[in-house]
Amino acid sequence: MDRRPEQILDEAKDLLAEAKTEQDFETARIRYLGKNGEVTALLKSMGAVPAEERKEFGKAANAVKQEIGELISGGKAALAQSLRASKLMSERIDVTEPGAELPFGTLHPITQTIDEISRIFMGLGYSITEGPEVETVFNNFDALNAAPNHPSRDLTDTFYITEDTLLRTQTSPVQIRTLTSSEPPIKVISPGRCFRADTPDSTHSPMFHQVEGLLVDEGVTMADLKGTLDAFAKRMFGEDARTKFRPHFFPFTEPSAEMDMSCFVCGGKGCRVCKGSGWIEILGCGMVHPNVLKVGGLDTERYTGFAFGMGVERIAMLKHGIGDIRLFYENDIRFIEQFA
Amino acid sequence: MLVPLSWLREYVDIDVPVDEFAERMVMSGSNIETVKNYAEGVSGLVVGRVVSAERIDGSDHLNVCKVDVGAASEDGEPLQIVCGADNVRRPGILVVVALPGAVLPGDFKIKKTKLFGTKSCGMICSAQELGFEEKAVSVEMRDGIWILPSDFEVGSDAVKAIGLDETVIDFEITPNRPDCLSITGIAREAAAVFGKKLREHKGEHKEPSLLCSSGAASDYVDVVVEKADLCPRYVARVCTDIKIEASPFWMQTRLMFAGVRPISNIVDITNYVMLECGHPIHAFDIRQVEGGMIVVDTAKDGEVFTTLDGKERELSGDMLLINDKAKPVAIAGVMGGLNSGIVDDTETIIVEAANFNADSIRLTSKRLGLRSEASLRFEKGVSPELSESAADRVCALAAETGAGAVVSGSVDRYPGKRETAPIIVRVDRMNAVLGTAIAAKEMTDILRRLDMDAELSPDGKTISVVPPHVRVDLKDEIDFSEEIARIYGYDELGVTLHRDDAEATASSGWRLRSLVRTALTGVGYSEIQTYSFVSPKGVDKIMLPQGSSGRRFVRLINPLGEENSVMRTVLLPNLLDVLSGNFSRGAARARLFEIGNTFRDACGELPEERLSLSIGFYGGGDFYDLKGVVEILLAKLGIRGARYVLDADTGSWHPGRCARVDLPGAGAPGNSSHDTEGSSPGTLGVSGSDGESAQGNHIIGYMGEVHSDALQNYDIDVPVFAAELDFEMLAGKADMAREYVPLRRYPAATRDIALLADEDVTVYDIEVVARSNGGGLLEDITLFDVYRGEQIAAGKKSLAFNLVYRADDRTLTDGEVGKVHERILEEIAKKTGAVLREV
Repeated sequence: MDRRPEQILDEAKDLLAEAKTEQDFETARIRYLGKNGEVTALLKSMGAVPAEERKEFGKAANAVKQEIGELISGGKAALAQSLRASKLMSERIDVTEPGAELPFGTLHPITQTIDEISRIFMGLGYSITEGPEVETVFNNFDALNAAPNHPSRDLTDTFYITEDTLLRTQTSPVQIRTLTSSEPPIKVISPGRCFRADTPDSTHSPMFHQVEGLLVDEGVTMADLKGTLDAFAKRMFGEDARTKFRPHFFPFTEPSAEMDMSCFVCGGKGCRVCKGSGWIEILGCGMVHPNVLKVGGLDTERYTGFAFGMGVERIAMLKHGIGDIRLFYENDIRFIEQFA
Repeated sequence: MLVPLSWLREYVDIDVPVDEFAERMVMSGSNIETVKNYAEGVSGLVVGRVVSAERIDGSDHLNVCKVDVGAASEDGEPLQIVCGADNVRRPGILVVVALPGAVLPGDFKIKKTKLFGTKSCGMICSAQELGFEEKAVSVEMRDGIWILPSDFEVGSDAVKAIGLDETVIDFEITPNRPDCLSITGIAREAAAVFGKKLREHKGEHKEPSLLCSSGAASDYVDVVVEKADLCPRYVARVCTDIKIEASPFWMQTRLMFAGVRPISNIVDITNYVMLECGHPIHAFDIRQVEGGMIVVDTAKDGEVFTTLDGKERELSGDMLLINDKAKPVAIAGVMGGLNSGIVDDTETIIVEAANFNADSIRLTSKRLGLRSEASLRFEKGVSPELSESAADRVCALAAETGAGAVVSGSVDRYPGKRETAPIIVRVDRMNAVLGTAIAAKEMTDILRRLDMDAELSPDGKTISVVPPHVRVDLKDEIDFSEEIARIYGYDELGVTLHRDDAEATASSGWRLRSLVRTALTGVGYSEIQTYSFVSPKGVDKIMLPQGSSGRRFVRLINPLGEENSVMRTVLLPNLLDVLSGNFSRGAARARLFEIGNTFRDACGELPEERLSLSIGFYGGGDFYDLKGVVEILLAKLGIRGARYVLDADTGSWHPGRCARVDLPGAGAPGNSSHDTEGSSPGTLGVSGSDGESAQGNHIIGYMGEVHSDALQNYDIDVPVFAAELDFEMLAGKADMAREYVPLRRYPAATRDIALLADEDVTVYDIEVVARSNGGGLLEDITLFDVYRGEQIAAGKKSLAFNLVYRADDRTLTDGEVGKVHERILEEIAKKTGAVLREV
């Protein structure tokens, strides 16, 4: 016996420490554990070992066989692991490259604003009802208590189709349609297009949108009007929004008011958006005039109600910081897609 | 309405800072546009005397002036100032001098400088440079410097001397409050808001010291009102010994602050009184009123009259005139005549304080295209009760300012006098509307603060109210709810929510629009919104066939222009306009849709409004991309059984690449239960044949490649694919019920085939034959490839289909599948001539 098992083990360890490829491990296996391998030879030489040492020798030789075997399989596994890792790294990509352009459309900002307003009022129990864009003079003016000589009736202000029909100048005629076709409690909002004979400029458009609101029931008060619109402002513009109501004039409401909201840009300190006042005019409102309720055949002693109307473009412009109303109807996709 | 605060203070005490005053006025209903103090940020102004003024050699307008500014001059010597105004060359006049270092409105700083090589130490100011609007500056001084009264002290502070430290508040007056188009009207509001007493001018004319002329007014003038309904009241007074000159400086500056140009004393007084009390006044030179006779009557049709502004006006028979014995002298309440106005040598005047019917004035002024401060007030409503005191106030001011002597008495014709009945206001009713519990006494007090006679009934339940006669807006009980609320304070009202159990609903049309929008944005299409009124040329541009219902427009009587003169009948032109706009701006691609109303003349009072849906794109993709979008849309709406039929006759679309989208008619599969909405035959305007196709199918719409000639009309030189669908039809056919179909458990057997077919054979033809011969086992047949080319004879195409066979209760055997498959192939060959292609 020229070599001890420990010796072989040490040599094998040195050799395996150097192994870098699958082939290196295979060569090592053949050299030690192969049919003619050194460890195999060692075990074969057992017969030559003196009987009293044989048991000890066999144990040591088998331990060496097992350890070398484990070293080889462990080394091979580590090698495979590192190969997998470097393969994955070689597949690395530039994560800063842009994402794929998937089809993605955008709703028009006017639609989005109407949807938002509608959702809020539906949450407050208001149903949605709509009226035609071409209306009767009766519904648009007469029934809404507008004086026969009211300037808004002029050809310079209102688009007419015939002497008796026109492009509605407000969504308020839907109040008349609703009052004449349903019974209290009436609780509706009505979004839609309106038209006024304004030459387009940055703040005027001959076509624009309003959302009208109407609540008629027993015991409706002006305090309810304030509460409802205050709740709307908070949901539309955030819980910090504060409202104030100023007396104003509309033929179809009495008392009438305009609602201002604390500027959502500066919070009321005064800025460019609110022109330094801290307040922004948002909508007109009031208690439905008994003359209007009468058109619907209602008992004006029993029923009271409130109505309000807001300009959708104005709200969208405020909300998004849009400075020119004409942008809504130019339909430049660069504009529309900003509101994705 | 521009209100100088010092003027307002003559009628009401204001003891709060301007900011607080403005805020509380706004919150009580007198909205304010602007608040401006003319002295704010202004410094370094003194009164100077022009000692000499000479044209600078070689300059066509600059003058070098020596101006004595008294103690304001550092060395006591007159300042040398270069001035470009023509009216400066009047040595001795007093002017406003901005010293070096002075600051004028707009943060304009004055420095020593050299002009045209000449040293200039300061500036002589015009009224405009001190912040006045050009329209408020007298004609003489408008184009030059402001010449001050000769009794001002040289070297004194000009701001003080002029009274420039004036706050002017611009009130926004709503149309229901003509009474507030006056200083006293605003003062009445302020008195109510701040709980002060209103001081009105009443009866000064009756003081004997002012009556310097002999005789009585009726000796000079007589008045006949022929049209009492158009002239409820006419008060005439007379002033003699008139000396026409400039009005006092204080009156001039007040007018200027109020935005009215000073002219001469009599005219200024009439304007001053109008601003003060809201009642328009006119003054006639009595020499031009023949016979001292005023006749209020309507014009003769076609009568021509020359107004004060020198323009000839053709009148109609319903316009009210002021005539003398022989001729018209004024258009009542609108404008005086050139023949009877105040002139430099006027000596005796008739002061007219008359009341005219609002509608009549409005119509006259509108038809003549002639608006004046007087007509604006009359058409909104002036109380006839004001006429007498207004005439008296003119006379008082004429006497006080030395403009003339007053003849005692007046000629007062008041055929329209009406007794004012009190209005009963119920305390409970007011509280019920406002949601308040205001005590009866407090309500009564509020009404009294508003200058009303208010009497609480002994039982405390009602208040009997007589509002001031100028409050023409207060007619009904409800009108007082706002009066009470705005003085009580809108802020003080509660903030509550009405209790009810209303449930929010939306029409199915509303919900389906929302659904369609979501579906279309989901496949990459963005929404547009375009005008409902369009140019009638749009239908020509899309080459809509003559006679199509889309050419029968609802027209506007008074459009802004031809571009917006008719209501749209189809959406396609608007869509192409928008695509064109984006194309010309260089957008590489655009995928757009719109849901909007189209309009068609109908038998009823109003036109028919019908929702349409347009979808279109350019930049990549073809007919089948668009068809894919339509198919997804129909799937989302639960609409099955749509047929796509080649339609070569639409005009707007490529004749070989346009599909009419049909739905089977009544009774056929695909019909739904939602037929109540939009169930009338479609009236889509994009084709000559509307509504129903020859087979009795409903036409949903048209889709395809837009005709290249049409695209040329829109300057688009890439293919555009577009669809226009009848949204009402879609909504009517929509079926949102979704019933679960059990998932199939047994495996399918599939067969791929390639068929050689004539070009004329459609995929639909083959699918129909296959499905009707499937023996209940053909689950699906899908086209997956089309080939035309070298391997195939001309006029033929190869169509590759995937067929799926399946049974619900067993795994199909090869034999079963083969039998059905063979039959399908045979039938296809028999019916369409398409045969299996040998590969």
